[in-house]
Amino acid sequence: MDDPLIIAGREYSSRLIMGTGGAGNLAVLERALVASGTELTTVALRRVDADGGSGVLELLARLGIDPLPNTAGCRTAAAAVLTARLAREALGTDWIKLEVHADERTLLPDPVELLDAAATLVADGCTVLPYTNDDPVLARRLEEAGCAAVMPLGSPIGTGLGIRNPHNIELIVARAGVPVILDAGIGTASDAALAMELGCAAVLLATSVTRATDPERMAAAMRHGVTAGRLAHGAGRVPQRFWAQASSPPR
Amino acid sequence: MRVVVNGVEHALADGSTVADLLRVIGVAPTGVAVALDGQVVPRNQHQGTEIPAGAEVEVLTAVQGG
Repeated sequence: MDDPLIIAGREYSSRLIMGTGGAGNLAVLERALVASGTELTTVALRRVDADGGSGVLELLARLGIDPLPNTAGCRTAAAAVLTARLAREALGTDWIKLEVHADERTLLPDPVELLDAAATLVADGCTVLPYTNDDPVLARRLEEAGCAAVMPLGSPIGTGLGIRNPHNIELIVARAGVPVILDAGIGTASDAALAMELGCAAVLLATSVTRATDPERMAAAMRHGVTAGRLAHGAGRVPQRFWAQASSPPR
Repeated sequence: MRVVVNGVEHALADGSTVADLLRVIGVAPTGVAVALDGQVVPRNQHQGTEIPAGAEVEVLTAVQGG
């Protein structure tokens, strides 16, 4: 069944976007990425050290996966904008996963700085994919600012707490004119399936795979979870009922 | 002259360009991005951009993350 994910005119057959953080080494990461079936994967930008590059870009290139640089670690709009511009220069892509974290303990998005940075980067010609709170009003404002997608969290980064406010995700999906990508908080495959059942266009996750006991197996689980959730969303689930309804004939 | 590169002070010949700096610190220009006092220096301007004394330079590259 042909059901591509389309972001800013780019088509992907996989609806699972991966992160590369947390993997013990590149060999483990490679097996997990292949098992996930992902075609778009995030990288971070950091100061170069004497050892040279990390090899992650070369790995993604070899696997045919598009890199999506992020601005993780930035606390202000100004820092995020500079990091995004550096990412564009370093990677030769104008796609940016925009993250502005309010503080280190929660890593929650700072909505004021986020919207400010998004507007600046859209004016710069970037394709902006913002990591945002599960706030339908903010999601709408980000879309109005010209973002190519909105990426609400299920729960804080790395917590594995799943989707804490499914109704907010549904509200965001109901009014969005751009893809809604559930980003952060996924713990296991059923969380990824739920995100898709709620109508999300894709799921972005890293920790739940890279820090799993068996990252390759969990990556495969996530791939199936996303596919199952997407199919279920399109299949029209039965209404929930208070009383039983027999599924076998009475006689 | 002294410049600060990724938070560490370096001695650099007067009139050095961004391209010179990358050579001195042993970093290939592909896959990296350079900010000079908070402004991105595009790769095609590395040769022609002189670093002023006391400048703060950031040299970044992609790593695992997100």
